[in-house]
This record gives sequence, structure tokens and C-alpha cells, in this order.
Amino acid sequence: MLEISNLACSRGDHLLFSDLNFSLSAGELLQVQGANGSGKTSLLRTLCGFMMPVAGEIRWRGQNIRELGDAFYAEMIYLGHLNAIKDELNALENLRISAGLAGCKVNDKQVIAALRRMGLRGRETLPVKVLSQGQRRRVALARLLLSNAPLWILDEPLTALDVGAVGLMQELIGEHLVNNGMVIYTTHQPLEVVGVATRWLALS
Amino acid sequence: MNKLSLIGLLSLVIRRDLVLAMRRRADVLTTLVFFVMVVSLFPLGVGPEMDMLRKMAPGVVWVAALLASMLSLGRMFSADYLDGTLEQMMLVPQSLSVLVLAKILAHWMVSGLPLVIMAPVLGLQFDMSAQALWVLIAALLLGTPILSMIGAVGAALTLGLRGGGALVSLLVLPLCIPVLVFGAGAVEAVVSGTSVSSHLSLLGALLVMALAFTPWVTALALRISME
Repeated sequence: MLEISNLACSRGDHLLFSDLNFSLSAGELLQVQGANGSGKTSLLRTLCGFMMPVAGEIRWRGQNIRELGDAFYAEMIYLGHLNAIKDELNALENLRISAGLAGCKVNDKQVIAALRRMGLRGRETLPVKVLSQGQRRRVALARLLLSNAPLWILDEPLTALDVGAVGLMQELIGEHLVNNGMVIYTTHQPLEVVGVATRWLALS
Repeated sequence: MNKLSLIGLLSLVIRRDLVLAMRRRADVLTTLVFFVMVVSLFPLGVGPEMDMLRKMAPGVVWVAALLASMLSLGRMFSADYLDGTLEQMMLVPQSLSVLVLAKILAHWMVSGLPLVIMAPVLGLQFDMSAQALWVLIAALLLGTPILSMIGAVGAALTLGLRGGGALVSLLVLPLCIPVLVFGAGAVEAVVSGTSVSSHLSLLGALLVMALAFTPWVTALALRISME
């Protein structure tokens, strides 16, 4: 479904990687590996269309993502280093807005269920600024539960999460893959998803 | 496929920005208080000569409105940029220009509209006639959205730059001169008894032109800033 051919990316004048080829089909999990500064985040941001590749092509269902535009964005969800949640709003409002922007119709019950699944029972209506770093990350991750996009692009999803939450993430990714989803992620922590062979992509 | 209607997107973003502004009321009030202070300083500094005050009133109110709107420009995109919300907005499966238009409208409601409402009260300090006050309101209603729209382009271009606040004023202020000229001109015209309609029509034309182009240009500038 997602095919990358001869992709090259640079940051300023510095070439991060070139001739990168891989493809991802339904139910597959791809972990991008590499040292700091090897271009993991740049690769994911290029996949999202934030950065223009120097060369090569990214195709989704056989079509270039630049030409697809909105049709591609409707089928993917990106979680970056930043949580993209507003300190002034509470978790419920944050998720309602982000789901709304993504075009998902969700009701409060679904949002509360998602937050409870992420272990935030009782924190739904607290302003996000009083939550801890790990709890904010959980709020951001709850977006995954409210979206039905097949492609998940996760940049360091496990930062600030405790052991319990890491286990929960493994469970969520497993469920998503069983439903024919696709996940591309970067991490420096081990992440084992039961019943799925993780594919590796090493950047050097 | 999930997709939000354009109107749905517009109202969602406007409501979100208004709620955020209500939770950060201090920011909204600084703009308004700045406007009130600057306008009030003139009668104190220049002295209470009615003729002179009446004459300079439109210019003073407009320049103060221009400066006050510069004050709030930095906030239009920077908070969303810093917490990653702007990234997510680029991934919204809908036109980024419409989303930007919603943000501009919300910004105007929070920082432009209060100035329009406050202006007649300040005009009284300058002994402006009732007729002149009405024209001042009309001109500000047409003009302040243009300031927000031109400002949005500057704010998007300077996003993430150090010292972007000063730079954005340098970029945007020269572009706002036509608004200042026709806005203040309209009020002067009514005071001197000539026709106001030409000034207001030109302001209206500028508004339509800004409405058509600036959201699109701002969206392009945001994409460049995100790279």
C-alpha cells in the first residue's frame, strides 16, 4: 500500500540518506532504526509531506502522495515528538477537537472510553497543564484510538511512558495490525508486538 | 472516507480559538488596554485644544489600532507551532487555506473587534461628532479584518524565527499603509463634508482582495515554515 522508491532526504546541505526503498502492506509493522541524527524523524516528516524529498517518490495505493493530498491525509495519522495538545483545554476537549479536525465523528462517550483505556480515568476534565509528562503523552496517544486511519506514523511514541503504558501501546499496535492497519515507528526502547514480525529499516 | 465539510472546519477552528482565547484572557486584554492607552496619551500630550484634537482624532485612532493589531500578531500561529498543533493542522484532510481563514477570523474577533467597539468611546475624548463616530466604526469594521489578514501572512513567514515579533511589524506595517490612508481618510471626509463612500468602497475592495488572497498565501507560507 505504501511504497517508497529511491527516496533521498537532506537537511540543509547535509544529505541524510539516499536510495531508500521499502514498501509496507496491510498488517505490517516497520521500525525505523538509526543513531541520533540519522534522519529517522526527517523520514517520517517526509512521509507526512512536511518536507520535500530531494529525490524519489512516495506512493500510497499506487499514487504519489503529493497528487493524492487530502485523500492520503484522510488515511493516515501522525504522532510527532510534540504532543499537539493544548495546555488550556482538558483532555476531553483536546481529543474532541483533534478528532473533529481529522474528520472523525466521535461522541463524548467514545472519547471518555478512549481516555480510560489509556489509563486516564478521573483525569478527563482536568486542564492538561496539571497532568504529568507521561499523562500528556497518553492523551496524545488516545487519538490513535479515535481514528480509523489505516496508516499510523509514530515518532518516538514511547517517550515519557511508564512500563504499563508501553505494554498498552504494544497491545494497541497489535490490535491495529490485526485490523489490517500499518504502523511505521521509531523508538529507542524495545517494543515487542505479540504475533507480528517487526520489520526493520536501518538508517545510517 | 472521513472528511469534514468546509463550514464544519471553519466553525470548529473558530470555536476552538475562541475558547482558547477565553482561557487566556490576559492576552486579549493587553491588546485592548494598549489601544486605549495610546489613544488616551495624545490628548494628554498635545493639550486640550479642541480644534487640533478633532483634526487629529481619525489618524490617532487608526495608528493606535494598527500598532495594537501588530501586538497580537505573534500569537496567531506561534502557540500552535510550539506545541505541535500546527503540524496536525497541516494533516487535516481539508483545505489548509480554509483552516487559516478560520484562524484569521477568530484572531480578528479576539483582537480586532474589541478595538472597533472601544473606538467610539475613545473618539469622545477628541470631541468627534456623532456622524464622524459612525464613519469611524464603519471604517474600522472594514479595515481591521484586513490588518489581521495581512498580518497573518507576516506571522506565518516569521514563524519559528528568533525575534520574529519585531520582524513581523517591519514586514506588515508598510503593507498596511493603504488601510490607514483610506480608513483615516473616510473620517476626515465626513468631518470636512465631502463624500465618504469612495473611501469606504476602497476599503471594501481591499477587504475582498485580502479575503481572496491572504489565506492562500498564508497557507503557503506556513508550509514553508514547517519544513
